[in-house]
Amino acid sequence: MAVLLLADVNDGALATDAVAKALAAVKGLGEVHVLVAGTSAAAAAEAAKLDGAAKVLHADDAAYDHGMAEAIAALIVSLAGNYSHIAAAATAFSKNVLPRAAALLDVMVISDVTAVVDADTFERPIYAGNAIQTVKSSDGKKVLTVRTASFNAVANSGSAAVEKVAVAADGSLSKWVEDKVAASDRPELTSAGIVVSGGRGVGSQADFALIEKLADKLGAAVGASRAAVDSGYAPNDWQVGQTGKVVAPTLYVAVGISGAIQHLAGMKDSKVIVAINKDEEAPIFQVADYGLVADLFTAVPEMIEKL
Amino acid sequence: MKVLVPVKRVIDYNVKVRVKADGSGVDLANVKMSMNPFDEIAVEEAIRLKEKGIATEIVVVSIGVKQAQETLRTALAMGADRAILIEAAADVHTDIEPLAVAKLLAGVVKEEGPGLVLCGKQAIDNDMNATGQMLSALLGWSQATFASELAVSGDAATVTREVDGGLQTITVKMPAIVTVDLRLNEPRYASLPNIMKAKAKPLATKTPADYGVDVAPRLSVVKTVEPAGRKAGVKVSSIEELIAKLKDEAGVI
Repeated sequence: MAVLLLADVNDGALATDAVAKALAAVKGLGEVHVLVAGTSAAAAAEAAKLDGAAKVLHADDAAYDHGMAEAIAALIVSLAGNYSHIAAAATAFSKNVLPRAAALLDVMVISDVTAVVDADTFERPIYAGNAIQTVKSSDGKKVLTVRTASFNAVANSGSAAVEKVAVAADGSLSKWVEDKVAASDRPELTSAGIVVSGGRGVGSQADFALIEKLADKLGAAVGASRAAVDSGYAPNDWQVGQTGKVVAPTLYVAVGISGAIQHLAGMKDSKVIVAINKDEEAPIFQVADYGLVADLFTAVPEMIEKL
Repeated sequence: MKVLVPVKRVIDYNVKVRVKADGSGVDLANVKMSMNPFDEIAVEEAIRLKEKGIATEIVVVSIGVKQAQETLRTALAMGADRAILIEAAADVHTDIEPLAVAKLLAGVVKEEGPGLVLCGKQAIDNDMNATGQMLSALLGWSQATFASELAVSGDAATVTREVDGGLQTITVKMPAIVTVDLRLNEPRYASLPNIMKAKAKPLATKTPADYGVDVAPRLSVVKTVEPAGRKAGVKVSSIEELIAKLKDEAGVI
Protein backbone atom coordinates (compact mmCIF):
# COMPACT_ATOMS: atom_id res chain seq x y z
CA MET A 1 0.00 0.00 0.00
CA ALA A 2 1.04 3.59 -0.41
CA VAL A 3 1.44 6.63 1.81
CA LEU A 4 0.28 10.16 1.02
CA LEU A 5 2.56 12.58 2.86
CA LEU A 6 1.27 16.14 3.12
CA ALA A 7 4.20 18.56 2.88
CA ASP A 8 4.50 21.72 4.96
CA VAL A 9 4.97 24.77 2.79
CA ASN A 10 5.59 28.12 4.43
CA ASP A 11 5.33 31.19 2.24
CA GLY A 12 6.24 29.19 -0.85
CA ALA A 13 9.19 27.38 0.74
CA LEU A 14 9.16 23.70 1.66
CA ALA A 15 9.74 23.05 5.38
CA THR A 16 12.38 20.59 4.27
CA ASP A 17 13.54 19.40 7.68
CA ALA A 18 10.02 18.63 8.93
CA VAL A 19 9.00 16.87 5.72
CA ALA A 20 12.27 14.89 5.57
CA LYS A 21 11.75 13.65 9.15
CA ALA A 22 8.11 12.75 8.56
CA LEU A 23 9.14 10.90 5.41
CA ALA A 24 11.71 8.93 7.42
CA ALA A 25 8.95 7.91 9.84
CA VAL A 26 6.54 6.59 7.20
CA LYS A 27 8.74 5.24 4.40
CA GLY A 28 8.59 1.72 5.81
CA LEU A 29 4.80 1.69 5.36
CA GLY A 30 4.81 1.73 1.55
CA GLU A 31 5.58 3.86 -1.47
CA VAL A 32 5.49 7.50 -0.38
CA HIS A 33 3.89 10.21 -2.51
CA VAL A 34 4.54 13.73 -1.25
CA LEU A 35 1.65 16.16 -1.69
CA VAL A 36 2.67 19.78 -2.18
CA ALA A 37 -0.38 22.03 -2.06
CA GLY A 38 -0.03 25.55 -3.42
CA THR A 39 1.46 27.41 -6.35
CA SER A 40 5.13 27.05 -5.37
CA ALA A 41 6.95 25.02 -8.02
CA ALA A 42 10.14 25.52 -5.99
CA ALA A 43 8.59 23.68 -3.02
CA ALA A 44 7.54 20.80 -5.29
CA ALA A 45 11.02 20.63 -6.80
CA GLU A 46 12.59 20.63 -3.33
CA ALA A 47 10.25 17.81 -2.20
CA ALA A 48 11.27 15.77 -5.27
CA LYS A 49 14.84 15.66 -3.94
CA LEU A 50 13.91 13.87 -0.73
CA ASP A 51 15.17 10.29 -0.58
CA GLY A 52 12.28 7.87 -0.40
CA ALA A 53 9.78 10.09 -2.18
CA ALA A 54 8.48 7.95 -5.06
CA LYS A 55 6.54 10.82 -6.56
CA VAL A 56 5.56 14.39 -5.79
CA LEU A 57 1.96 15.41 -6.36
CA HIS A 58 1.72 19.14 -6.94
CA ALA A 59 -1.74 20.65 -6.46
CA ASP A 60 -0.92 23.93 -8.12
CA ASP A 61 -3.76 26.20 -7.05
CA ALA A 62 -3.63 29.51 -5.19
CA ALA A 63 -6.48 28.36 -2.93
CA TYR A 64 -3.93 26.14 -1.14
CA ASP A 65 -1.26 28.80 -0.71
CA HIS A 66 -1.78 29.76 2.90
CA GLY A 67 -2.58 26.41 4.41
CA MET A 68 -6.33 26.90 4.75
CA ALA A 69 -7.64 23.71 6.33
CA GLU A 70 -10.97 23.52 4.52
CA ALA A 71 -9.52 23.50 1.00
CA ILE A 72 -6.51 21.29 1.78
CA ALA A 73 -8.53 18.72 3.74
CA ALA A 74 -10.91 18.45 0.76
CA LEU A 75 -7.91 17.99 -1.55
CA ILE A 76 -6.57 15.17 0.63
CA VAL A 77 -9.95 13.45 0.66
CA SER A 78 -10.16 13.63 -3.13
CA LEU A 79 -6.80 11.84 -3.38
CA ALA A 80 -7.27 9.48 -0.43
CA GLY A 81 -8.66 6.51 -2.36
CA ASN A 82 -5.24 5.29 -3.44
CA TYR A 83 -3.62 5.34 -0.03
CA SER A 84 -3.52 3.18 3.09
CA HIS A 85 -1.85 5.93 5.13
CA ILE A 86 -2.11 9.70 5.09
CA ALA A 87 0.60 11.40 7.11
CA ALA A 88 2.29 14.71 7.83
CA ALA A 89 4.76 16.24 10.24
CA ALA A 90 3.03 17.28 13.47
CA THR A 91 3.29 21.02 12.82
CA ALA A 92 0.72 23.77 13.39
CA PHE A 93 -0.12 23.51 9.68
CA SER A 94 -0.92 19.80 9.55
CA LYS A 95 -2.49 19.67 13.02
CA ASN A 96 -4.99 22.10 11.54
CA VAL A 97 -5.59 20.08 8.38
CA LEU A 98 -5.27 16.34 9.08
CA PRO A 99 -7.93 15.93 11.80
CA ARG A 100 -10.37 17.63 9.43
CA ALA A 101 -9.42 15.27 6.61
CA ALA A 102 -9.67 12.27 8.97
CA ALA A 103 -13.21 13.17 10.04
CA LEU A 104 -14.27 13.57 6.39
CA LEU A 105 -12.93 10.04 5.83
CA ASP A 106 -14.66 8.82 9.01
CA VAL A 107 -11.41 7.69 10.62
CA MET A 108 -9.58 8.72 13.78
CA VAL A 109 -6.44 10.80 13.55
CA ILE A 110 -3.37 9.53 15.37
CA SER A 111 -1.53 12.63 16.55
CA ASP A 112 2.14 13.13 17.41
CA VAL A 113 3.35 9.65 16.52
CA THR A 114 6.82 9.01 18.01
CA ALA A 115 7.28 5.45 16.67
CA VAL A 116 5.74 3.38 13.90
CA VAL A 117 5.42 -0.20 15.20
CA ASP A 118 3.63 -1.65 12.18
CA ALA A 119 1.09 -0.57 9.58
CA ASP A 120 -1.69 -0.36 12.21
CA THR A 121 0.22 0.27 15.41
CA PHE A 122 1.84 3.47 16.62
CA GLU A 123 3.38 4.96 19.75
CA ARG A 124 2.42 8.42 20.88
CA PRO A 125 2.88 10.49 24.05
CA ILE A 126 -0.16 11.33 26.17
CA TYR A 127 -0.56 13.42 29.34
CA ALA A 128 2.11 15.92 28.32
CA GLY A 129 4.60 13.15 27.69
CA ASN A 130 4.09 11.59 31.12
CA ALA A 131 3.05 8.34 29.47
CA ILE A 132 3.72 6.72 26.12
CA GLN A 133 0.80 4.82 24.67
CA THR A 134 0.88 2.21 21.94
CA VAL A 135 -2.36 2.24 19.97
CA LYS A 136 -3.63 -0.05 17.25
CA SER A 137 -6.02 1.39 14.71
CA SER A 138 -8.97 -0.57 13.34
CA ASP A 139 -9.68 2.07 10.68
CA GLY A 140 -9.33 1.16 7.02
CA LYS A 141 -7.12 4.18 6.43
CA LYS A 142 -4.69 5.56 8.96
CA VAL A 143 -4.31 9.31 9.26
CA LEU A 144 -1.36 10.34 11.39
CA THR A 145 0.86 13.25 12.32
CA VAL A 146 4.49 12.53 13.12
CA ARG A 147 6.52 14.15 15.86
CA THR A 148 9.59 15.20 13.91
CA ALA A 149 11.96 15.27 16.90
CA SER A 150 11.70 11.47 17.08
CA PHE A 151 13.03 10.77 13.58
CA ASN A 152 16.21 11.49 11.59
CA ALA A 153 15.65 13.32 8.33
CA VAL A 154 16.08 11.45 5.05
CA ALA A 155 18.81 12.81 2.78
CA ASN A 156 17.98 14.91 -0.25
CA SER A 157 19.80 13.20 -3.08
CA GLY A 158 16.69 11.86 -4.79
CA SER A 159 14.97 12.92 -7.97
CA ALA A 160 11.32 11.95 -7.94
CA ALA A 161 8.96 12.95 -10.71
CA VAL A 162 6.63 15.87 -10.06
CA GLU A 163 3.09 15.21 -11.22
CA LYS A 164 0.42 17.90 -11.29
CA VAL A 165 -2.90 17.07 -9.76
CA ALA A 166 -5.85 19.07 -10.95
CA VAL A 167 -8.50 19.54 -8.30
CA ALA A 168 -11.04 22.32 -8.14
CA ALA A 169 -10.55 24.06 -4.81
CA ASP A 170 -13.28 25.83 -2.90
CA GLY A 171 -11.80 28.68 -0.92
CA SER A 172 -15.07 30.22 0.20
CA LEU A 173 -15.12 29.22 3.87
CA SER A 174 -12.06 31.04 5.11
CA LYS A 175 -9.73 33.66 3.76
CA TRP A 176 -6.11 34.37 4.53
CA VAL A 177 -5.38 37.90 5.68
CA GLU A 178 -1.75 38.00 6.74
CA ASP A 179 1.14 36.14 8.32
CA LYS A 180 3.25 37.82 10.98
CA VAL A 181 6.32 35.69 11.04
CA ALA A 182 9.23 37.10 12.96
CA ALA A 183 12.15 37.54 10.57
CA SER A 184 15.20 35.97 12.10
CA ASP A 185 18.67 34.93 11.05
CA ARG A 186 18.68 32.29 13.77
CA PRO A 187 18.13 28.62 13.00
CA GLU A 188 14.60 27.33 13.16
CA LEU A 189 13.70 26.09 16.64
CA THR A 190 12.59 22.54 15.84
CA SER A 191 15.56 21.75 13.57
CA ALA A 192 18.37 23.68 15.32
CA GLY A 193 21.43 21.82 16.55
CA ILE A 194 21.65 24.01 19.65
CA VAL A 195 18.77 25.62 21.53
CA VAL A 196 19.11 28.17 24.34
CA SER A 197 15.91 28.63 26.34
CA GLY A 198 14.93 31.07 29.05
CA GLY A 199 12.35 30.67 31.77
CA ARG A 200 10.54 32.74 34.36
CA GLY A 201 13.87 33.28 36.11
CA VAL A 202 14.90 35.65 33.33
CA GLY A 203 12.46 38.10 34.90
CA SER A 204 11.51 40.43 32.05
CA GLN A 205 11.19 40.86 28.32
CA ALA A 206 14.16 43.24 28.34
CA ASP A 207 16.38 40.73 30.11
CA PHE A 208 15.41 38.02 27.62
CA ALA A 209 17.92 39.78 25.31
CA LEU A 210 20.58 38.05 27.40
CA ILE A 211 19.21 34.64 26.34
CA GLU A 212 19.17 35.79 22.72
CA LYS A 213 22.77 37.00 23.01
CA LEU A 214 23.94 33.64 24.33
CA ALA A 215 21.98 31.89 21.56
CA ASP A 216 23.63 34.07 18.92
CA LYS A 217 27.05 33.37 20.38
CA LEU A 218 26.37 29.63 20.04
CA GLY A 219 24.60 29.90 16.67
CA ALA A 220 21.53 28.55 18.43
CA ALA A 221 17.79 28.92 18.20
CA VAL A 222 16.00 30.66 21.09
CA GLY A 223 13.38 28.87 23.14
CA ALA A 224 11.27 29.74 26.17
CA SER A 225 9.33 27.95 28.86
CA ARG A 226 5.58 28.35 29.04
CA ALA A 227 6.02 30.39 32.22
CA ALA A 228 8.22 32.85 30.31
CA VAL A 229 5.68 33.05 27.48
CA ASP A 230 2.75 33.48 29.87
CA SER A 231 4.64 36.27 31.62
CA GLY A 232 5.12 38.04 28.29
CA TYR A 233 8.92 37.72 28.25
CA ALA A 234 8.99 35.81 24.96
CA PRO A 235 6.67 35.19 21.99
CA ASN A 236 4.58 32.03 21.97
CA ASP A 237 6.25 30.56 18.90
CA TRP A 238 9.41 30.22 21.01
CA GLN A 239 7.61 28.03 23.52
CA VAL A 240 9.19 24.64 24.15
CA GLY A 241 6.98 22.08 25.87
CA GLN A 242 3.87 20.01 25.48
CA THR A 243 1.78 23.04 24.55
CA GLY A 244 4.55 24.47 22.39
CA LYS A 245 7.26 22.89 20.29
CA VAL A 246 9.04 19.62 20.89
CA VAL A 247 12.76 19.83 20.23
CA ALA A 248 15.63 17.36 20.34
CA PRO A 249 18.81 19.30 19.58
CA THR A 250 22.38 18.13 20.19
CA LEU A 251 22.70 20.73 22.96
CA TYR A 252 19.87 22.28 24.99
CA VAL A 253 20.76 25.07 27.41
CA ALA A 254 17.99 25.82 29.94
CA VAL A 255 18.49 29.15 31.69
CA GLY A 256 16.30 30.16 34.63
CA ILE A 257 13.92 27.30 33.87
CA SER A 258 12.68 25.29 36.85
CA GLY A 259 11.80 22.24 34.76
CA ALA A 260 8.04 21.77 34.97
CA ILE A 261 6.87 18.45 33.52
CA GLN A 262 5.21 20.25 30.64
CA HIS A 263 8.53 21.86 29.69
CA LEU A 264 10.51 18.62 30.07
CA ALA A 265 8.07 16.96 27.66
CA GLY A 266 9.31 19.34 24.99
CA MET A 267 13.08 18.92 25.40
CA LYS A 268 13.99 15.77 27.31
CA ASP A 269 15.10 13.95 24.16
CA SER A 270 17.91 16.46 23.62
CA LYS A 271 21.33 14.81 23.44
CA VAL A 272 23.02 17.02 26.04
CA ILE A 273 21.12 19.21 28.48
CA VAL A 274 22.71 22.08 30.41
CA ALA A 275 20.82 23.80 33.21
CA ILE A 276 21.74 27.12 34.77
CA ASN A 277 19.54 27.98 37.72
CA LYS A 278 20.12 29.59 41.10
CA ASP A 279 17.76 27.17 42.85
CA GLU A 280 19.71 23.96 43.36
CA GLU A 281 16.48 22.07 44.08
CA ALA A 282 15.00 22.93 40.65
CA PRO A 283 13.71 19.76 38.93
CA ILE A 284 15.57 20.73 35.74
CA PHE A 285 18.77 19.47 37.41
CA GLN A 286 17.30 15.96 37.52
CA VAL A 287 17.43 15.75 33.73
CA ALA A 288 20.48 17.94 33.07
CA ASP A 289 23.78 16.38 32.06
CA TYR A 290 25.59 19.47 33.32
CA GLY A 291 24.08 21.66 35.99
CA LEU A 292 25.40 24.98 37.20
CA VAL A 293 23.87 26.47 40.32
CA ALA A 294 24.36 30.17 39.72
CA ASP A 295 22.61 33.48 39.20
CA LEU A 296 21.93 33.64 35.48
CA PHE A 297 22.65 37.37 35.40
CA THR A 298 26.29 36.72 36.27
CA ALA A 299 26.66 33.26 34.67
CA VAL A 300 25.23 34.04 31.24
CA PRO A 301 27.32 37.18 30.56
CA GLU A 302 30.38 35.25 31.75
CA MET A 303 29.53 32.39 29.41
CA ILE A 304 29.05 34.77 26.46
CA GLU A 305 32.45 36.33 27.22
CA LYS A 306 34.32 33.05 27.60
CA LEU A 307 32.89 31.11 24.69
CA MET B 1 -26.05 34.48 18.59
CA LYS B 2 -25.88 31.33 20.62
CA VAL B 3 -22.38 30.04 21.48
CA LEU B 4 -21.68 26.38 22.20
CA VAL B 5 -18.64 25.44 24.29
CA PRO B 6 -17.64 21.79 24.75
CA VAL B 7 -15.77 21.17 28.02
CA LYS B 8 -13.86 18.08 29.08
CA ARG B 9 -13.22 16.71 32.54
CA VAL B 10 -9.54 15.81 32.75
CA ILE B 11 -6.92 15.11 35.37
CA ASP B 12 -5.98 18.36 37.12
CA TYR B 13 -2.88 19.79 35.48
CA ASN B 14 -1.08 19.91 38.84
CA VAL B 15 -1.54 16.20 39.58
CA LYS B 16 1.38 13.88 39.04
CA VAL B 17 0.41 11.35 36.38
CA ARG B 18 0.88 7.67 37.20
CA VAL B 19 0.64 4.87 34.69
CA LYS B 20 -1.51 1.93 35.81
CA ALA B 21 0.41 -1.25 36.60
CA ASP B 22 -1.53 -3.22 33.95
CA GLY B 23 -0.47 -0.77 31.23
CA SER B 24 -4.06 -0.02 30.23
CA GLY B 25 -3.69 3.69 30.80
CA VAL B 26 -3.21 6.37 33.42
CA ASP B 27 -4.62 5.89 36.93
CA LEU B 28 -7.59 8.24 37.36
CA ALA B 29 -9.21 6.66 40.42
CA ASN B 30 -9.36 9.09 43.35
CA VAL B 31 -7.38 11.70 41.46
CA LYS B 32 -8.28 15.39 41.41
CA MET B 33 -10.08 16.21 38.15
CA SER B 34 -10.70 19.66 36.67
CA MET B 35 -11.89 21.33 33.52
CA ASN B 36 -9.39 21.02 30.66
CA PRO B 37 -7.43 24.33 30.88
CA PHE B 38 -7.91 25.13 27.17
CA ASP B 39 -11.67 24.64 27.60
CA GLU B 40 -11.65 27.16 30.46
CA ILE B 41 -10.21 29.68 28.02
CA ALA B 42 -13.01 28.83 25.56
CA VAL B 43 -15.68 29.34 28.26
CA GLU B 44 -14.08 32.64 29.26
CA GLU B 45 -14.07 33.84 25.64
CA ALA B 46 -17.75 32.95 25.28
CA ILE B 47 -18.55 34.93 28.42
CA ARG B 48 -16.61 37.93 27.09
CA LEU B 49 -18.60 37.72 23.84
CA LYS B 50 -21.78 37.78 25.89
CA GLU B 51 -20.53 40.75 27.91
CA LYS B 52 -19.88 42.57 24.63
CA GLY B 53 -23.44 41.84 23.53
CA ILE B 54 -22.34 39.55 20.68
CA ALA B 55 -23.36 36.26 22.27
CA THR B 56 -26.87 35.96 23.63
CA GLU B 57 -26.69 32.54 25.26
CA ILE B 58 -23.83 30.22 26.24
CA VAL B 59 -24.50 26.49 26.21
CA VAL B 60 -21.78 24.20 27.60
CA VAL B 61 -21.67 20.52 26.81
CA SER B 62 -19.58 17.71 28.25
CA ILE B 63 -19.25 14.13 27.08
CA GLY B 64 -18.07 11.37 29.37
CA VAL B 65 -18.89 10.02 32.81
CA LYS B 66 -21.66 11.43 35.00
CA GLN B 67 -19.08 13.18 37.19
CA ALA B 68 -18.53 15.56 34.26
CA GLN B 69 -21.53 17.36 35.79
CA GLU B 70 -19.04 19.01 38.15
CA THR B 71 -17.11 20.36 35.19
CA LEU B 72 -20.32 21.70 33.68
CA ARG B 73 -21.24 23.34 37.02
CA THR B 74 -17.84 25.05 37.00
CA ALA B 75 -18.59 26.46 33.55
CA LEU B 76 -22.05 27.57 34.72
CA ALA B 77 -20.46 29.24 37.74
CA MET B 78 -18.07 31.11 35.44
CA GLY B 79 -21.06 32.45 33.52
CA ALA B 80 -22.45 29.92 31.04
CA ASP B 81 -26.26 29.81 30.90
CA ARG B 82 -27.09 26.13 30.64
CA ALA B 83 -25.47 22.76 30.27
CA ILE B 84 -25.84 19.46 28.47
CA LEU B 85 -24.22 16.28 29.75
CA ILE B 86 -23.93 13.38 27.34
CA GLU B 87 -23.29 10.35 29.49
CA ALA B 88 -21.17 8.17 27.25
CA ALA B 89 -19.07 6.20 29.73
CA ALA B 90 -19.46 4.53 33.10
CA ASP B 91 -15.79 4.11 33.98
CA VAL B 92 -13.65 7.22 34.53
CA HIS B 93 -10.88 5.51 32.57
CA THR B 94 -12.95 5.38 29.36
CA ASP B 95 -11.88 8.18 27.04
CA ILE B 96 -14.30 8.94 24.24
CA GLU B 97 -12.28 9.54 21.07
CA PRO B 98 -12.36 12.92 19.32
CA LEU B 99 -14.15 11.46 16.28
CA ALA B 100 -17.04 10.17 18.41
CA VAL B 101 -17.05 13.40 20.44
CA ALA B 102 -17.22 15.40 17.21
CA LYS B 103 -20.17 13.29 15.99
CA LEU B 104 -22.04 13.86 19.26
CA LEU B 105 -21.27 17.58 19.17
CA ALA B 106 -22.51 17.72 15.56
CA GLY B 107 -25.78 16.29 16.89
CA VAL B 108 -25.92 18.96 19.59
CA VAL B 109 -25.17 21.69 17.03
CA LYS B 110 -28.05 20.48 14.84
CA GLU B 111 -30.39 20.67 17.83
CA GLU B 112 -29.17 23.92 19.30
CA GLY B 113 -28.22 25.89 16.18
CA PRO B 114 -25.32 27.95 17.62
CA GLY B 115 -23.60 30.56 15.46
CA LEU B 116 -20.20 29.77 16.94
CA VAL B 117 -18.55 26.82 18.66
CA LEU B 118 -15.56 27.63 20.87
CA CYS B 119 -13.36 24.64 21.79
CA GLY B 120 -10.08 24.21 23.60
CA LYS B 121 -7.35 23.38 21.09
CA GLN B 122 -6.54 20.11 22.83
CA ALA B 123 -7.30 18.17 25.98
CA ILE B 124 -4.35 17.70 28.30
CA ASP B 125 -5.08 13.99 28.77
CA ASN B 126 -5.05 12.40 25.30
CA ASP B 127 -3.33 15.43 23.70
CA MET B 128 -5.01 14.64 20.36
CA ASN B 129 -5.71 18.21 19.22
CA ALA B 130 -8.50 17.04 16.92
CA THR B 131 -12.06 17.56 18.18
CA GLY B 132 -12.65 21.09 16.85
CA GLN B 133 -11.23 20.31 13.43
CA MET B 134 -13.29 17.10 13.22
CA LEU B 135 -16.51 18.82 14.27
CA SER B 136 -15.90 21.50 11.68
CA ALA B 137 -15.42 18.82 9.01
CA LEU B 138 -18.62 16.98 9.94
CA LEU B 139 -20.65 20.19 9.84
CA GLY B 140 -18.94 21.54 6.70
CA TRP B 141 -18.23 24.75 8.63
CA SER B 142 -15.21 26.98 8.50
CA GLN B 143 -12.53 26.50 11.14
CA ALA B 144 -9.95 28.65 12.86
CA THR B 145 -7.63 26.72 15.15
CA PHE B 146 -5.16 27.85 17.85
CA ALA B 147 -6.74 31.29 18.25
CA SER B 148 -4.96 34.00 20.20
CA GLU B 149 -7.36 36.77 19.13
CA LEU B 150 -10.97 36.63 18.06
CA ALA B 151 -13.20 39.39 16.69
CA VAL B 152 -16.72 38.51 15.58
CA SER B 153 -18.64 40.92 13.39
CA GLY B 154 -21.78 39.97 11.54
CA ASP B 155 -21.36 36.96 9.32
CA ALA B 156 -17.57 36.78 9.64
CA ALA B 157 -14.93 36.46 12.32
CA THR B 158 -11.33 37.60 12.21
CA VAL B 159 -9.04 35.22 14.03
CA THR B 160 -5.35 35.49 14.79
CA ARG B 161 -3.82 32.03 15.01
CA GLU B 162 -0.69 30.79 16.75
CA VAL B 163 1.31 29.07 14.01
CA ASP B 164 4.90 27.86 13.76
CA GLY B 165 7.14 30.87 13.46
CA GLY B 166 4.57 33.49 14.45
CA LEU B 167 0.97 34.47 13.92
CA GLN B 168 -1.49 34.11 11.07
CA THR B 169 -4.63 36.17 10.66
CA ILE B 170 -7.59 34.76 8.75
CA THR B 171 -11.25 35.59 8.34
CA VAL B 172 -13.80 32.82 8.57
CA LYS B 173 -17.38 32.73 7.43
CA MET B 174 -19.89 32.23 10.23
CA PRO B 175 -21.04 29.85 11.58
CA ALA B 176 -17.57 28.70 12.54
CA ILE B 177 -15.57 26.52 14.87
CA VAL B 178 -12.78 28.31 16.71
CA THR B 179 -10.28 26.38 18.82
CA VAL B 180 -8.49 28.46 21.42
CA ASP B 181 -4.87 28.69 22.46
CA LEU B 182 -3.30 29.80 25.73
CA ARG B 183 -2.88 33.48 25.09
CA LEU B 184 -6.45 34.28 24.05
CA ASN B 185 -7.43 35.31 27.58
CA GLU B 186 -7.04 34.58 31.26
CA PRO B 187 -10.07 32.71 32.58
CA ARG B 188 -11.86 34.18 35.58
CA TYR B 189 -12.42 32.40 38.84
CA ALA B 190 -16.00 31.68 39.75
CA SER B 191 -17.14 33.69 42.78
CA LEU B 192 -18.88 31.95 45.65
CA PRO B 193 -22.29 33.56 44.93
CA ASN B 194 -21.96 32.48 41.30
CA ILE B 195 -21.06 28.94 42.35
CA MET B 196 -24.26 28.87 44.42
CA LYS B 197 -26.32 30.32 41.56
CA ALA B 198 -24.86 27.78 39.13
CA LYS B 199 -26.53 24.98 41.07
CA ALA B 200 -29.89 26.26 39.94
CA LYS B 201 -28.99 26.63 36.26
CA PRO B 202 -30.46 24.01 33.90
CA LEU B 203 -28.47 20.88 33.14
CA ALA B 204 -29.94 18.34 30.70
CA THR B 205 -28.67 14.76 30.57
CA LYS B 206 -28.52 12.82 27.31
CA THR B 207 -26.98 9.64 25.96
CA PRO B 208 -25.10 8.91 22.72
CA ALA B 209 -28.17 6.95 21.58
CA ASP B 210 -30.16 10.21 21.64
CA TYR B 211 -27.91 11.38 18.82
CA GLY B 212 -27.60 8.01 17.10
CA VAL B 213 -23.83 7.95 17.57
CA ASP B 214 -21.67 4.87 18.12
CA VAL B 215 -18.86 5.83 20.51
CA ALA B 216 -16.88 2.58 20.12
CA PRO B 217 -13.18 3.48 19.83
CA ARG B 218 -11.25 3.13 16.57
CA LEU B 219 -7.95 2.97 18.41
CA SER B 220 -7.31 0.21 20.92
CA VAL B 221 -4.67 0.64 23.59
CA VAL B 222 -1.96 -2.00 23.27
CA LYS B 223 0.02 -0.72 26.23
CA THR B 224 0.85 2.37 28.21
CA VAL B 225 4.28 2.86 29.72
CA GLU B 226 6.22 5.49 31.62
CA PRO B 227 8.57 7.41 29.34
CA ALA B 228 12.23 6.46 29.47
CA GLY B 229 13.77 8.38 32.31
CA ARG B 230 16.79 10.59 32.04
CA LYS B 231 19.48 10.40 34.66
CA ALA B 232 20.75 13.49 36.38
CA GLY B 233 24.29 14.29 35.31
CA VAL B 234 26.90 16.24 37.21
CA LYS B 235 26.98 19.67 38.78
CA VAL B 236 29.74 21.93 37.58
CA SER B 237 31.10 24.71 39.76
CA SER B 238 31.95 27.36 37.22
CA ILE B 239 31.37 28.58 33.68
CA GLU B 240 34.94 27.56 32.79
CA GLU B 241 34.25 24.01 33.88
CA LEU B 242 30.94 23.99 32.00
CA ILE B 243 32.53 25.18 28.76
CA ALA B 244 35.39 22.69 29.15
CA LYS B 245 32.95 19.81 29.67
CA LEU B 246 30.84 20.82 26.67
CA LYS B 247 33.95 21.05 24.50
CA ASP B 248 35.99 18.09 25.65
CA GLU B 249 33.62 15.61 27.29
CA ALA B 250 30.37 16.07 25.35
CA GLY B 251 31.94 17.52 22.21
CA VAL B 252 28.84 19.55 21.41
CA ILE B 253 30.38 23.02 20.99
